[in-house]
Amino acid sequence: MEVGSEAPLRVGPATREAFGEALRDLGATHPEVVVVDADLNNSTRTDLFAEAYPDRFFNVGIAESNLVGVASGLASCGKQVWIASFAAFLLPNAYDQLRMSVAFPHLSVKVVGTHAGITVGEDGPSQMGVEDIALATALAGFQVFVPADAAETRAVVRAAAALEGPVYIRCGRPRVPVIYPDGCEFTPGQATQLREGDDVTLVACGILVAAALEAARLLAKQGVAARVLNMASVKPVDEEALERAARETGALVVAEEHLSYGGLGSIVAQALARRAPVPIGFVNLGDTYAESGTPADLLAKYGLTADHIVREARATILRK
Amino acid sequence: MAVAIAPAPAGVSLEALAEKARLLRKRIITMTTQAGSGHPSSSLSTVEVLTALYFGGVLRYDPRNPRWPERDRFILSKGHAAPALYAALAEAGFFPVALLRSLRKAGSPLEGHPNMRVLPGVEASTGSLGQGLSIGVGHALAARLDNRLYRVYVLTGDGENDEGQIWEAAMAAAKYHLDQLTCIIDHNGFQQTGPVPEVMPLVPLADKWRAFGWHARDIDGHDLGQVLDALHAAARVHGQPTAIIAHTRKGRGVSFVENDYTYHGKALTPEEADRALEELGWK
Ligand SMILES: Cc1ncc(C[n+]2csc(CCOP(=O)(O)OP(=O)(O)O)c2C)c(N)n1
Ligand SMILES: [Mg+2]
Repeated sequence: MEVGSEAPLRVGPATREAFGEALRDLGATHPEVVVVDADLNNSTRTDLFAEAYPDRFFNVGIAESNLVGVASGLASCGKQVWIASFAAFLLPNAYDQLRMSVAFPHLSVKVVGTHAGITVGEDGPSQMGVEDIALATALAGFQVFVPADAAETRAVVRAAAALEGPVYIRCGRPRVPVIYPDGCEFTPGQATQLREGDDVTLVACGILVAAALEAARLLAKQGVAARVLNMASVKPVDEEALERAARETGALVVAEEHLSYGGLGSIVAQALARRAPVPIGFVNLGDTYAESGTPADLLAKYGLTADHIVREARATILRK
Repeated sequence: MAVAIAPAPAGVSLEALAEKARLLRKRIITMTTQAGSGHPSSSLSTVEVLTALYFGGVLRYDPRNPRWPERDRFILSKGHAAPALYAALAEAGFFPVALLRSLRKAGSPLEGHPNMRVLPGVEASTGSLGQGLSIGVGHALAARLDNRLYRVYVLTGDGENDEGQIWEAAMAAAKYHLDQLTCIIDHNGFQQTGPVPEVMPLVPLADKWRAFGWHARDIDGHDLGQVLDALHAAARVHGQPTAIIAHTRKGRGVSFVENDYTYHGKALTPEEADRALEELGWK
């Protein structure tokens, strides 16, 4: 699909809001869906499911390890279990439980980390999950999805429900620009090309997709044609789309709201090292935690804006 | 909530059960010595509990249909006692006894710690201590959602009670009044690096469980009559889960292993195994 080339994107709902609505809708069609919460349902928006289906909702308190274990037991009995918490707490706090009780037995537990990235803002770095993609992709058999906007989040939730195994979905706190129309589709393992171009490819996930589109517009004004790939399916990653982009554009920039090690950048680099090595630039948090501030101030200070992508793209093109 | 109580199978005497326990001990020692590694001492302390569960008419199961939805669940949270579970499952007919010889070998479903994906009868993949009770809570909640009457039994180590997740799960079980859930604590007094009171004091253990909203009692975990009685009594408790603190001896049945924590995680040498089997009356 091609996204409106010049008009600025309209701001829509947060991905966590869309997740909560999609989960509630799933409850109507999927009687096997059960939701377990660790005292954050009004933040993660699983409260929408809880109101609609109180019998299929359990709040185990501020106990992430037990949250995952209870989900494991329910899934062993044939339930499709959705658990949500802040990305900062769920994966780092209950990682062994996710590994041992969910990934190893390959159970149908759908894990949703909300409030991911530095756009958490004023609450500060203790609340910002900036390593969740690395942790989730390192769980064998997990599929990992990072939707870019509300409509894509709904599509990701529907797709995850149709998968038999464990899934991690990353959502954010703030309202985000609208990229996709309502009712859009999402296919695990498939990138979506949002803009054509043959000078460089901008690969992004989550909120950096909108920034990449903006960067492509800015680059166009400078005479650089940038292709934009939304890599919402981080694992499995679309290696064909990456290889095509490498061969046809000769350089890539990977942008994400995540630490440098183990994120989408690492995954893209690994795929292209094997299939089509080309210069790759990276736009991410590097190896540091952020701080309190408005999301906009933090994105500017920590290098995650369209301007940063533009600069990285120009530098990477020079390395072709 | 109505609870089905499994009656003691007609004709099963305590003597016959004691004989089963003796057989399980032999198999535990033989298979771990054959494998050359494993946790025989941690397995030996659980033998009467497993015997009562699988052969004393407590668990309802069907080895020809291991995923029977109405089956009672047994979750070995202290997964390193896998040899005891494997001996019981083989004796119960889930797989041939001959398979025990493949313990810990590549390609065998009898892995060092239980793997629910490869071995019928295994309800949870364990081996990282502290996680089985939460899984048991999930099974019990599923029973409630599905209007099923099965019961859920979880066996933890005493050292395993150091894990915070145990207490998270204990609170959740009490919150949801999971009276179909029973946790048996294999209180053998030792963990990996020393006696429990030295590594991390647990007293007053039963009172801790009571404070977390559980019905709790102490028993002699090697007295089959007491074990059976406690397991059946748990099925009659309404509105709260039951903790059974089974006082046991690590390495029970083998004099030179009993209460010697340096035997933790060590298979007996063939000579030691011979002596052990002799002590158990198998030679
Ligand atoms: C989370 C975790 N930490 C450490 C271990 C290593 N470990 C295996 S057995 C054991 C001691 C267990 O003691 P206890 O629960 O008393 O069981 P026992 O062997 O006495 O039956 C330890 C520390 C583990 N398996 N899991
Ligand atoms: Mg012990």
